[in-house]
Amino acid sequence: MRAPVSWLREYAAIPESATAREIGEKLIAAGLEVETVEEAGADVTGPVVVGRVLTAEKEPQKNGKTINWCSVEVGEAEPRGIVCGAHNFEPGDWVVVALPGALLPGDFAIAARKTYGHVSDGMICSTSELGLGDDGSEGIIVLGSGDAATDDAGNPLVAGADATALLHLRDDVLDIAVTPDLGYCLSIRGLAREAAQAYDVAFTDPVTVDVPAERHDGFGVTLTDPACPVFVAVTVTGIDPQARSPRWLQRRVQLGGMRPISLGVDLTNYVMLETGQPLHAYDAATLTGGITVRRARAGETLVTLDDQTRTLDPEDLLITDESGPIGLAGVMGGQNTELRADTTTVVIEAATFDQVSIARTSRRHKLSSEASRRFERGVDPNATYAAAHRVATLLTELAGGTVESAETVAGGVPAQPQQTIDADLPARILGADIPVATTIEKLTASGVQVEQVGERLVLTPPTWRPDLRDPYDYVEEVACKVGMDVVEPVVPRAPVGRGLTKAQRGRRAVSAALVDAGFVEVLTFPFVGPSDLDALGIPADDTRRTMVRLANPLSDLQPNLRTTLLPGLTAAAVRNTSRSNDDLALFELGKVFWPRPEHTAAPVLGVDRRPTDTELAALDAALPAQPNLIGCLLAGNWQPAGWAGPAAPAGWQQALAFAEIAAHAVGLTVRREAAERAPWHPGRCAAILVGDEVLGYAGELHPTVIHQLGLPARAAAAELNLDRLIELAPDRGALPPLASFPVAKEDVALIVDAGVPQAAVEAALRTGAGELLESIRLFDVYAGDQIAAGKKSLAYALRFRADRTLTDADAAAARDAAVAAAAEQFGAVLRS
Amino acid sequence: MSGPNKSYDPVEVTPLNAEEIDRFVTEAIAAFAAATTVAELKEARIAHTGDRSPLGLANREIGALPPQARKDAGKRIGQARGRVNQALAARDAEISAAELEATLRAERVDVTLPVATAPVGARHPISGLMDLVSDVFVAMGWEIEEGPEAESEWTNFDALNLNVDHPARTMQDTLFLDPPSDHLVLRTHTSPVQIRSLLNRDLPVYVLCPGKVYRADEFDATHVPVFHQFEGLCVDKGITLGHLKGTLDHFARAMFGDVKTRLRPSYFPFTEPSAEVDLECFVCHGESVNNPDRPCRTCSSEGWIEWGGCGVVNPRVLIAAGVDPEVYSGFAFGMGVERTLMFRNSAADMRDMVEGDLRFSRSLIGQAR
Repeated sequence: MRAPVSWLREYAAIPESATAREIGEKLIAAGLEVETVEEAGADVTGPVVVGRVLTAEKEPQKNGKTINWCSVEVGEAEPRGIVCGAHNFEPGDWVVVALPGALLPGDFAIAARKTYGHVSDGMICSTSELGLGDDGSEGIIVLGSGDAATDDAGNPLVAGADATALLHLRDDVLDIAVTPDLGYCLSIRGLAREAAQAYDVAFTDPVTVDVPAERHDGFGVTLTDPACPVFVAVTVTGIDPQARSPRWLQRRVQLGGMRPISLGVDLTNYVMLETGQPLHAYDAATLTGGITVRRARAGETLVTLDDQTRTLDPEDLLITDESGPIGLAGVMGGQNTELRADTTTVVIEAATFDQVSIARTSRRHKLSSEASRRFERGVDPNATYAAAHRVATLLTELAGGTVESAETVAGGVPAQPQQTIDADLPARILGADIPVATTIEKLTASGVQVEQVGERLVLTPPTWRPDLRDPYDYVEEVACKVGMDVVEPVVPRAPVGRGLTKAQRGRRAVSAALVDAGFVEVLTFPFVGPSDLDALGIPADDTRRTMVRLANPLSDLQPNLRTTLLPGLTAAAVRNTSRSNDDLALFELGKVFWPRPEHTAAPVLGVDRRPTDTELAALDAALPAQPNLIGCLLAGNWQPAGWAGPAAPAGWQQALAFAEIAAHAVGLTVRREAAERAPWHPGRCAAILVGDEVLGYAGELHPTVIHQLGLPARAAAAELNLDRLIELAPDRGALPPLASFPVAKEDVALIVDAGVPQAAVEAALRTGAGELLESIRLFDVYAGDQIAAGKKSLAYALRFRADRTLTDADAAAARDAAVAAAAEQFGAVLRS
Repeated sequence: MSGPNKSYDPVEVTPLNAEEIDRFVTEAIAAFAAATTVAELKEARIAHTGDRSPLGLANREIGALPPQARKDAGKRIGQARGRVNQALAARDAEISAAELEATLRAERVDVTLPVATAPVGARHPISGLMDLVSDVFVAMGWEIEEGPEAESEWTNFDALNLNVDHPARTMQDTLFLDPPSDHLVLRTHTSPVQIRSLLNRDLPVYVLCPGKVYRADEFDATHVPVFHQFEGLCVDKGITLGHLKGTLDHFARAMFGDVKTRLRPSYFPFTEPSAEVDLECFVCHGESVNNPDRPCRTCSSEGWIEWGGCGVVNPRVLIAAGVDPEVYSGFAFGMGVERTLMFRNSAADMRDMVEGDLRFSRSLIGQAR
């Protein structure tokens, strides 16, 4: 809502000394979001004066244009010569002249300049050149014609007089974002009331009369739906169809954020801005029979004022006459009954419509208008009659004619709902010392009827405050009016807390460990599409292809929610390499979305009580599973080449290490098995297991995938179900006694088939070695000339320890048992 | 091999000749002094203190002397050997120190060379900030609550007093799961976690809910469709707007140092009264207001920074979650993590936060947490 300060001052006795910015601050404190304070017209400075065209000679130019070489009287000793390209004026007309030295909007400096073979000593201005918007005149401003021309106020025009005042150029405008609960502030009336309350000064209500008793002697109106409780129709006859909006009216409408169109339309808009009551003016000659307000019928259509043909929904509330629909009630009028250039009899409609009905129609037709915005938020039904009469009165003042004494008031103002609250409720909820007398005073000033009954207040809201219903609505009203500054801050004492949960601590520990190890966290969007999975080579029957879909995705290419973190990580990797960030160890911790096998819809539950456990279970059963995964992507070098040695490339080893680091961070040791799974290299992919449960995969990416995505060669990745990892993590460890007896060390080198995984050999050694084994470490892998083809040698360092000093024989026996186990399971042979 | 005085004729040695003994000592000391390396000193040591050195031979001959001469000779030779060994030890220390010094000089390195560390890892600044905020509240006894990102409409809207006709529920703002008849959305705020907290926890409830949220928003320097919020909820007996102010003031100080907060009345369906939280500018503390000589970029010389929304929990929300508003009251507040990061750490462009450029993540190393 754009509110010119001059307009506010007409209804609120704001002190003269208050600046627009100060008024804005006051309104902010009262709960209004004043976004800007615009100094309208302040960008026009210097001499902009009234001029009278004495002569205008048409001079055709080589470029095809014709210019007017004018002599213009501007109140100086000699008239000035001015070149003007417009043609909507004649000698004798009064115009607006910017003289050299004037500055117009857009830092447009006026100076005497040579053009079209003349020295043009100023400029004859159009509305847009002065920042007054386009008035549709397609030319310069003509203030009047002839010797008797006057301004809006009836004073004769004088050449050389300041033109900016005449044009109502200068005003301050508060631009206010009105929250949905404050519909009444979409009007000068509402804002002036708030300003008057904030300054504690007199407020003059532009709504001067209540809606009278129902009467039907005017234009025929039939109401058939409770969504329209009151409808006022006032008829004005005999107006001058040529009458145009005076400058003050155009300027007010324009400053209010609307476009001046015609007198009739401008007046309904003006009164709407002023009172908040949307109005509509019909050309009586185009109406067929009486008006009926009803719901639409299937198949009905209406061409609205914006030239769109609307197919109507049976829930749409309509204004109709005997010809059919003539308006989408409360949203937009129809083209067939709009005011025309020859309209002499006007029927003015002022009605109230149900908030929800209008909101739905507006949304259904994607049609938001000044009227619908107001009706959606609630309009004062008691302003209808006064607003219709204000339009009628102004219309007769400006275009002649007569307001018919026969008029229609269909329906009436609905009764206001009462509420009873504890008198100390506002003080109690705000935590401030607010006497009951103050509560009563503030609510009364807001128009609420307050009746004190013992410790309780019986409250009836004013007709313009549909937002005052619940007890807390009144608490809020008191809070806004006394100001939130009166509330003293107090830190509440929370009960003793239990700290972070196991899952929260686990996620932090894993992230911290990965960061310490050199991984860099990124956050990516979770939107993917089938083509992202294609690029990863994920097969058609893979469960990761079963994805949640968005009904209104941001991009049609990525309409799904991710089932894996890898598309986001690979995209981030590609973006990094394109920016020459070549050495990458990226990780992401985030949710994926796995649809439930049994698809169910979420129930629509009530809000008047806690849902039952069954209802809540049904709600959660409809949600996709949303586990937290953790994934990484590696490319380029893990360690760059340096003076001390060559580069260590980032690859499958770091991807496997990623999984180990994550597991260690929560006290788990994972196991690896060779696996084949997209998007990994089939020979360089490990399943990551805890027990027999696969928690994820790690390894080098498939060369085809690397090529497809444009990743650096040998890029590697890992992905783990972090939630499961943390669930499986031990809750608390045990602290064993530490043996202080010396260690016995034995090294063994075993020859096995090249295809045998070392982990299996190691496990066999571990089992065979028995309880004495403290640790085992693979320290060499060899394949080559020294041993048979198809074989490899694995060298292990074994450490034995016990609660006694081990003899050489003890260690040798354990070693031999270990080797025997490996020999039995894998045909391992000791390398001599 | 060269060395001083190594061709003695041992036969001539007699332990009783004091002059001769003195000469041996003098020669030995001179030989040690002449040695300049550990190896040369070793040679001199063998030549002058070894078994076949003159003193060594003289010592051996003492036994052959008559008993009355033995004592004298033993004393003389013992003293001589003591002097020699002392000189040897002293020279040995000198040479060792010199050699060590030479070695250390030779082993000098350029300590400004780059050294290998683990690659430089980093938490994303958004994650770091969410942990920091969580820690502030955990320290106050609050707990951290989380919830699903794909939510039911009931939890995201209805239960929060955003009924089906509320403008926020239009497709312009909300990402709906397909089909829309499933009544599922990507949560548009962290507020559904309030509902889950009230449904699942025993009263009183003091929780902070950080997390990811979604809007069908344009993607530009100040808007991203996927962003993060943290939301606080307190429901207890006797909770007032004053408790909200106290909590926000404490939180603001923990995050920004000595600053105040200000409440400006506003409107949210799930709180009443509702307010916008403004943070006193922690850079200029308001001194840039109307002071063109001292403009402040952090607050655009407004003195205050819009931080988030808050208010007293609307009783309708309590009722939908089964909490009796006649007994309990509460407050809630919510802020954008990206926005907080933007003014706390001068982040200029929101797109940097979501594009996964590792330079962004690395830019707050050691400071994000």
